[in-house]
Amino acid sequence: MSEPTAPKPAPTRLIVTGETKLVMPRHNKLRHDAGRGRWIILAPERVFNPDDTAVEVLKRCDGQRSVSEIAEALSQEYQAPLDVVTTDILEMLQDLTDKGVLIKAP
Amino acid sequence: MNEIAPTHVTETAMPDVARVAECATSPDPGTEPALCARAPIGMLCELTHRCPLQCPYCSNPVELERANAELTTAEWQDVMRQAASLGVLQIHLSGGEPTARKDLEDIVRVAADVGLYTNLITAGVTLTRERLAKLVEVGLDHVQLSVQDVDPENADRIAAYKGGMAKKIQVAGWVKENGLPLTINCPIHRQNIHNVPRMIEFAVEMGAGRVEIAHVQYYAWALINRASLMPTREAFMTAAKQVEEAREKYKGVIVIDAIVPDYYAKFPKPCMGGWARGIVNITPSGRVLPCHAAESIKGLPFDNIKDRPLADIWLNGEAFQKYRGTSWMKEPCRSCPRKEIDYGGCRCQAFALTGDAANTDPACSLSPMHAQWQAVAEVESHTPNAPEFIYRRVGGATKKPEAHNAS
Repeated sequence: MSEPTAPKPAPTRLIVTGETKLVMPRHNKLRHDAGRGRWIILAPERVFNPDDTAVEVLKRCDGQRSVSEIAEALSQEYQAPLDVVTTDILEMLQDLTDKGVLIKAP
Repeated sequence: MNEIAPTHVTETAMPDVARVAECATSPDPGTEPALCARAPIGMLCELTHRCPLQCPYCSNPVELERANAELTTAEWQDVMRQAASLGVLQIHLSGGEPTARKDLEDIVRVAADVGLYTNLITAGVTLTRERLAKLVEVGLDHVQLSVQDVDPENADRIAAYKGGMAKKIQVAGWVKENGLPLTINCPIHRQNIHNVPRMIEFAVEMGAGRVEIAHVQYYAWALINRASLMPTREAFMTAAKQVEEAREKYKGVIVIDAIVPDYYAKFPKPCMGGWARGIVNITPSGRVLPCHAAESIKGLPFDNIKDRPLADIWLNGEAFQKYRGTSWMKEPCRSCPRKEIDYGGCRCQAFALTGDAANTDPACSLSPMHAQWQAVAEVESHTPNAPEFIYRRVGGATKKPEAHNAS
């Protein structure tokens, strides 16, 4: 504001699709909370409590695998219909991306 | 607690602990009885009450603690180790201005080593680029930067500090260059409420992932200055609408957390997520409190971390036990179906306005004092000329700000 700089592109919302590769940024931490016997995500002034399904998805969000690849793997592993799994995790991942828990892999 | 992805991830908001009192949502989705104590998830550390700013709504007590009473480096480091053992997940390093402590790096290093998520709550004006880089190096996780207004002159007047805005823009840049997440905290009141949309835009421009539109809560300094700070109901409604519009516009770009002024609410906030339920506060001299305003409740005894272990104080300390759970409640709280939603509101506000902390918070429409209390806001917010600020300073209330820019 005080110094003239080249205009930066306005930040936009990331829409998560099957092709998107997501990763948890360094400042968010997926951890097992031994004292409470559950998984947590530590984030700026938030603690998220993922259930077992969410933990399985989040562990696979490594910036290498796409959402579709994760859905296929989970569908096979848990013998669940692919379309159900895909819809379910797309919704979850969009929400977590909107909240800054996940970002697009660089 | 907000349900996000329908069944898979639940979310717990930490209380805003910067310059305003606030509430946390339920700190734990568990089903334990309300009376059962469980480990706190958050710890607010007021490292010092020293601050170069003199904001008239400061959440610190009116009787500020002196520098010579502050805990030592080793004592704060021990607090961090005890907190991690107890189950605390996040610590909020606040003040006063926490960077006024020259040993901040030594405290952050130990906190990070024991696995605590570290949040620095700062006004930014005394930070340097080198110092921030050092803090990041020793494990700092997040920075919350306060902004008194987007209009620099008005910000200077509110904080009684010249040139704060330019410095804050610099600090925001350093936070981003270190790859750290940034929250912009904007305390909102009568004298800046017209700028709410610009404050949100400013936070987006600064690259913040989160912005707090935090209406001032009226305790301590803010209670003294209430007539200068209280916005009208109309101004509040306009700001609330602007926040909703911005949430839609910036969905997926920035998270906007809004804290409402409870004078305009129907039900009270679940202050601190319930007394002694999820948050513990430590004052500069080591007093352990269930909330940072708790010392305003006269007659309540507080333990010091120098005398008793943190876990023992949390579980058994008299101040913690006094209003934990629901068994201390009187009517109309006792039989209220919302008693485990809002826990009867804020104990400090109940004490300040009714003389008994066990009474229902007058913010609740079921309180016999509610109408009278709301009328105060109505009258004060419509006073044509807001009274001059009584600035925050050591040694009590004063109209004139102290000499500028000296800490």
